[in-house]
Amino acid sequence: MARLSRRAMLGATGGLIAGGLLKTQADALSLGETPPPPQQVPQDPTKVLGRGTSDLGQRAPDEQPRRAGMRPGPSSSSRTPIHELRGIITPADLHFERHHGGIPNIDPETYSLTIHGMVERPMTFSLQDLKRLPSVSRLCFVECSGNGGAAYNRDPRREVSPQMVDGLLSTSEWTGVALATLLREVGVRPGATWMLAEGGDAAVMGRSVPLEKAWDDALIVYDQNGEAIRPEQGYPARLLLPGWEGNAQVKWIRRIEVSDGPFMTRDETSKYTDPLADGTARQFSLVLDAKSTITFPTYPYVLPEAGWWEITGLAWSGRGRITRVDVSTDGGTTWEPAELQDPVLSKCTTRFRHLWNWDGRATTLMSRAVDETGYTQPSLQTLMNARGEGTSYHYNSIRPWSVEPDGQVFFGAGGTP
Amino acid sequence: MITCDRTRVGRDSFGGRLLATGVAVLLLTVPSLACDSSAAVPGAQAVAGPQTPPGFGPPPVPTDAPEHWPASFSVGRDATEAEIDVMDKDVRPDGAGLPPGGASVAQGALVYATKCAVCHGATGTEGPNDRLVGREPREGFPFGSTRGQYRKTVGNYWPYATTIFDYVTRTMPLGSPGSLEPDEVYGATAYILFMNEVIPEDAVMNAETLPAVIMPARDRFVPDNRMGGPEIR
Repeated sequence: MARLSRRAMLGATGGLIAGGLLKTQADALSLGETPPPPQQVPQDPTKVLGRGTSDLGQRAPDEQPRRAGMRPGPSSSSRTPIHELRGIITPADLHFERHHGGIPNIDPETYSLTIHGMVERPMTFSLQDLKRLPSVSRLCFVECSGNGGAAYNRDPRREVSPQMVDGLLSTSEWTGVALATLLREVGVRPGATWMLAEGGDAAVMGRSVPLEKAWDDALIVYDQNGEAIRPEQGYPARLLLPGWEGNAQVKWIRRIEVSDGPFMTRDETSKYTDPLADGTARQFSLVLDAKSTITFPTYPYVLPEAGWWEITGLAWSGRGRITRVDVSTDGGTTWEPAELQDPVLSKCTTRFRHLWNWDGRATTLMSRAVDETGYTQPSLQTLMNARGEGTSYHYNSIRPWSVEPDGQVFFGAGGTP
Repeated sequence: MITCDRTRVGRDSFGGRLLATGVAVLLLTVPSLACDSSAAVPGAQAVAGPQTPPGFGPPPVPTDAPEHWPASFSVGRDATEAEIDVMDKDVRPDGAGLPPGGASVAQGALVYATKCAVCHGATGTEGPNDRLVGREPREGFPFGSTRGQYRKTVGNYWPYATTIFDYVTRTMPLGSPGSLEPDEVYGATAYILFMNEVIPEDAVMNAETLPAVIMPARDRFVPDNRMGGPEIR
């Protein structure tokens, strides 16, 4: 509630645009609250000597984005405020969280990763060992396969932000050792096709991973955005499977067992499988199909007036690069290509932008991603036709945002046009 | 009619068997979709997708290290059998990894009542945590076609009985994860299967009987049948 109060102050004293922030509906709703004590902001900062250095930087007091769960308080998941971030990188302390047995405390001195099973030489690597081996850095997204459930008509509410719809998505620069490097050290035996990745958390999270991914681009990462991985993201080391569903990218990884088949763990059978309309359940649907969402203008922002606005958002595909993002400002009747901001990287979020001259009338905004395999992000109806109304996970349909004449923006297609 | 690589897989492993079953289900239910990745959007750039889902083709060819790398960096150490055994508790569908021991449904009822019921309810249906018991609907597998009509349970959705043992032994009960003895896990597994009407009341679960249990949803699961490229599937 502190955040709402801060915004209430902004809304009450700062007008429509204060400190570079647009007014949101939350501001308007919380105007009745008691504002917090004013900060020590001089009337003219050029006439007051500023403060000196510090050993750890802080965000500007008026810039306090926060992760959020579906309900207040600690839980097993929290979401990145993607509508408050303007680039592609997620600050590490805002990376979404999802865990199944809480966040473990692991001593980096005693941490180890053991690789055994169908290998010539079962081996154990300390954190220092992992860091001594040749390192690799790459930018890529991590997304929970349950992301976007609200977009699949699970949540009829219109008052939901991109954070609550698609905030189980974050992008980081990850640094670590290629899993292939470790596999060469242990020597994979002929006939091996899978591996079990196991975490050192209370869930002892286990997922089977096809060995071809391990040889291709899987990493054991220990750094995130230039510093040690946060405990919530798997400290001291996690598995990274670029472009694949987050659950398989086992955090706090302690063991890899190479095998000749999948292990059928709980999280690849009873969970993270996609029941389909044809009476089957799709299993090991690990690659994330192309997807995009507008992050502005969206709920809870309010457009104060008609005129020129920049529509912006994120597009991503687990199968490669984004090649095009189309934006519709008329509810899907016509589409125009958006500008793609460099860098456009494989299996990474791509920032897109589109200039829009809003005429002040009600309309619906949409974005549609295309990736280098020729896959086009489908409409909700197309996806439902392919998978069924009751399917679970991997909700990558087009997200509509309806703009009302008073400038309020809501999730979902509006009544008009 | 069957032309894709997936059908050539006949390895004597549970992966191979899963695949064969998956293809069979696929062909029975949606024959026109089998291996067809050509339903392209007109004008879209079609890129050939994988002909087999990752993990279900032949063993992958290891990628080469850069030429200037040594054969080994001599970093890391041998893992001892003892330290592997401490962690290696996973159980596979063919029963590999199951420990000695066993328990009856009756023995399991006591374990369930004292260790499980507080979170999953006296009959496995009351919660507050995951519902474990329920066979409805008895016919069909409508989880994809209907929304919210049926809750997924062990009895109507889980494809392998061994997964119960694997999961429970690793991470249950919630407040004391990994604390159950093998006989307790066999017992809890037996009682959950009994409540789901999968095994009879006089059954005993052990390393031989548990992998032989055929779950009602066993043949519903299909490996990833998206082929990449433009097709929405």
